[in-house]
Amino acid sequence: MFYIYCPYCGEHREEEEFHPKGQAHLARPENPDECTDEEWGNYLYFRDNPRGIHHEIWVHAIGCRKFFNVTRDTQTYEIKESYRMGATPEVTHANDPLS
Amino acid sequence: MTQTNRLNTGGRIDRSQPVTFQFNGQSYQGYRGDTLASALLANGVDVVGRSFKYSRPRGIVAAGAEEPNAVFQLGATEATQVPNVRATQQDIFDGLVAQPTSGWPNLNFDFMGTFSKVFGRMLPPGFYYKTFMFPQAAWETYEKYIRKAAGLGRSPRVKDADTYDHMNQHTDVLIVGAGPTGLAAALSAARAGARVILADEQAEMGGSLLATRDQLDGQAAADWVKATLDELAGYDHVQLLPRSTVNGYHDHNFLTIHQRRTDHLADKAPDNISRQRLHRVRAKWVLLATGAHERPLVYGNNDVPGCMVASAVSTYINQYAVAPGRRLVLMTSNDYAYRTAFDWQDAGREVVAIVDSRHDVSGRYQEEARRRGIKLLLGQGVIEARGNKRVDGAVVAQLDPTGDKVVGGGRVLDCDTIATSGGWSPALHLSCHTGSRPVWDDEVIGFVPGKTVQQQLVAGAVAGTFTLNECLKEGAQKGAEAAALAGFPSQAVKTPSTEHWPEAKPMALFCVPHKKRNSRAPKQFVDFQTDVTAAAIELATREGFESIEHVKRYTAMGFGTDQGKLGNINGMAIAAKSMNKTIPETGTTIFRPNYTPVTFGAIAGRHCRDLFDPMRYSAMHEWHVKQGAEFEDVGQWKRPWYFPKPGETMQQALDRECLATRESVGILDASTLGKIDIQGKDAREFLGRVYTNAWAKLPVGKCRYGLMCHEDGMVFDDGVTSCMGENHFVMTTTTGGAAGVLEWLEFYHQTEWPEMEVYMNTVTDHWATMTIAGPNARKLLSELTDDINLDRDSFKFMDWRQGTVAGVPARVFRISFTGELSYEINVQANYGLHVWEKLFEHGAKYNLTPYGTETMHILRAEKGFIIAGQDTDGSVHPYDLGMSWAVKEDKPYSFIGKRGMKREDCVRDYRKQLVGLKTKDPSIVLPEGAQAVDDPNHPIPVPMLGHITSSYYSANLGRSIALGVVKGGHDRMGETVYYPLTDGRVVEAEICSTIFLDPKGERQNV
Repeated sequence: MFYIYCPYCGEHREEEEFHPKGQAHLARPENPDECTDEEWGNYLYFRDNPRGIHHEIWVHAIGCRKFFNVTRDTQTYEIKESYRMGATPEVTHANDPLS
Repeated sequence: MTQTNRLNTGGRIDRSQPVTFQFNGQSYQGYRGDTLASALLANGVDVVGRSFKYSRPRGIVAAGAEEPNAVFQLGATEATQVPNVRATQQDIFDGLVAQPTSGWPNLNFDFMGTFSKVFGRMLPPGFYYKTFMFPQAAWETYEKYIRKAAGLGRSPRVKDADTYDHMNQHTDVLIVGAGPTGLAAALSAARAGARVILADEQAEMGGSLLATRDQLDGQAAADWVKATLDELAGYDHVQLLPRSTVNGYHDHNFLTIHQRRTDHLADKAPDNISRQRLHRVRAKWVLLATGAHERPLVYGNNDVPGCMVASAVSTYINQYAVAPGRRLVLMTSNDYAYRTAFDWQDAGREVVAIVDSRHDVSGRYQEEARRRGIKLLLGQGVIEARGNKRVDGAVVAQLDPTGDKVVGGGRVLDCDTIATSGGWSPALHLSCHTGSRPVWDDEVIGFVPGKTVQQQLVAGAVAGTFTLNECLKEGAQKGAEAAALAGFPSQAVKTPSTEHWPEAKPMALFCVPHKKRNSRAPKQFVDFQTDVTAAAIELATREGFESIEHVKRYTAMGFGTDQGKLGNINGMAIAAKSMNKTIPETGTTIFRPNYTPVTFGAIAGRHCRDLFDPMRYSAMHEWHVKQGAEFEDVGQWKRPWYFPKPGETMQQALDRECLATRESVGILDASTLGKIDIQGKDAREFLGRVYTNAWAKLPVGKCRYGLMCHEDGMVFDDGVTSCMGENHFVMTTTTGGAAGVLEWLEFYHQTEWPEMEVYMNTVTDHWATMTIAGPNARKLLSELTDDINLDRDSFKFMDWRQGTVAGVPARVFRISFTGELSYEINVQANYGLHVWEKLFEHGAKYNLTPYGTETMHILRAEKGFIIAGQDTDGSVHPYDLGMSWAVKEDKPYSFIGKRGMKREDCVRDYRKQLVGLKTKDPSIVLPEGAQAVDDPNHPIPVPMLGHITSSYYSANLGRSIALGVVKGGHDRMGETVYYPLTDGRVVEAEICSTIFLDPKGERQNV
């Protein structure tokens, strides 16, 4: 069970207070109506499944109800950082490819 | 029976407190301080179970969690049955009742034993897969008898008589294991002021120090244990948890500890005390001081009762004052185990010989053996045990220097006990739980914990440090280090020391060779609990199972409730040798939680029965209960399902409720519908983006129905949203969908449109909602309000008004889920019951009838109103529902779902579309889920057209009605489809409009 830092509450809390919401940094296309079926299909269904660094959205569901991002290693389950919506991660696959 | 093996002096048992217990239907006596295992050995009980596959008699071999054979069913009553209890970890108490879990029909005559003696050669690994799989249908029959014959324990057939609980804790340092290492570590950490939890699985803390005759600084080791525990118990910030197994080491230093609080006191826990507790601990730092398990050597017939692990024999002698036999043969590959022979001799029993596999070895231990006059057989091995229900001899033979083959003829030593030691395997299970790969260490001759990402330290035997002095020192150091890392600067405490005897290099020996090759030799057991032999592992590698994980699964090695604590390393070594690989090349299997079996009670804690899940009640709940309502669960809510009158069947109650509503007036408790308050200057635009229809022009005082879709265009929720003010709306959602909808709204607001000024919050519980519906609804309401003009032209359908109802401020919505004239009255929740009762006071003359969710479903189905989640299933878009009127495609923002429902597959012909269905025979109510076909006589596979989503008997229409999806259904009005049912009937039905009653909507337009 994860121990997750909520960047809005400023505290570590048990995973039971949070819900995972999937891959982070997936912007909704600006003009959905102009997307091809393939483009829209990619936005809807296709997700990364990296071995290592993964950026994902969590929500502090039984807390402040804020959505935020988590950088997590999918092999070790280590959480490298939590950061607010709109912020950029400090740990990325590019700068931490070994973990 | 008397305690024939009990020693007159020594041990930590209390001879003044005899305890009487039962095993296998017989009464025995032991002493306070005995485990069930030590008491049985004291009483000379050799056979405690029958083996899994070959049904061979088995005895106690170990003294701790690693015991594979003495695993019992406990419980004096049906309600207190516990399976899988290791006798080595269970204290005895007066009235304890234990049963062997194997041996059918009974321990002494065993059907499988006879069977497998004759057919033993026909039980190779994978036997069950190979034999019982065909014909597949018969597996259920086989399984019943295999399980019974194998003996896996059983769960109680009645409710557990005890309670269990959970405790959530944080700590600075969690130390696992209270042997010398763990105790020294706890001292260092505790003196630094860190919060410490020290957990140990045995009844008494001290580990090996309780069973050693080593002295610490000239004092008995047990005295140091006592002084240490006394000091630790004096600290408020230290928690000592004996009888508490750290069973799981999970992500981010979360550990679960299974504490057996009363299992040593009585069959059932004393009143008001929970029997077991699961500690859920988040630790800043963890120190594993879990010690090591001694490996027995593998040799022929090594499972005959009387074959034991060397250190266990010492433990029984020194800690429990039990010498489990008369004449001992000790077989070892290392010096340390010589102590067992010395303990045995000092207990006044005969040591027949020490058999040491090493050829050239001489040192302090060998000198001591010679000084004691013990026969020392070097370069030899016990290749086979003799005996049936008890050892009566050991076959000893000369080995070559590598221990690969027998080079001399064997001779038989007369003995009743064979103790063996192949070295020690670090108990690194918890380290493995976190995903850490163990690393082979040639010096240790075992796997040690590997690299970890957890905040974890290891010390003592689990780290491959085996001597007592070093364990104490390392424990003190690592304890201080853990405390410092957790923020408590600390120094290692000074630890006592003992005289150390230098040890000669041990030999890496796992399986003692036999004169015959392994496949022909007497069975050499590797895993006692699953009956895996050396020959079986070799056969598995010959059959092509090269990965150790595959060997494990094919042979079932390590599959028992002991998880192969004794046998796994031996098994891996045998597999490696058989494939001509090294052990590190072969690798190891990974231990997973739990370390030892945990009761379901401890896992569930208080989260069972009424406390399993929160229950939510409306403000009028008590009224419903008094009226005798039947309830159904909707999400966590308890909703009235229907209100039967005495003697009424469910259908009779529904018919009455449906008719009364359409004839006069009915009332529904709608409080559970989700209500979300939405405010802000962008609230209106926000609604336009999350709903499929238009919201730009909805005036204050008006309500509108809306559909919500996901990005894929599929409907997932619906409800009415009302405009309370220019920048203020109240949205309603389905009862079950409320939390999900709010989270979804927040998701879009926070991640996609953070620039929008909109705020939302749940107000579901703030309001009590009662819906009155029927031709007399207006008359009834008019008697309870004098400040709301109910006139049909001033308070129109889909309007809402603020006012007073029954003297209470109320929001009244003229909306309808029944097609009748209908008002939804919302009042502050704590006034709910008052208003509800006032309505009944005035409603009696109109035959005001309460109805539940089932009548609500029927009435809405008569009107063709959908229920999201029942008539939709995530593959249905608004056009499939025939609800294009609820989609406004020309909104400026591409609302959620718009692009999705334009995908190629969503706009094709012949999609499943929602239609009404009338059975040809109006009395038949189709089962929901029934599949439509065009031709019931079509050969299999029959093309399927769709299924029934809602189906009821409608008293108002005097016939059954159904909604369902049918491929291309909107263009098939009037056509016939067939529903073949599981009972063989085929029901013919006509496709029709979803609106069965009042298609023009005249009933609500009054």
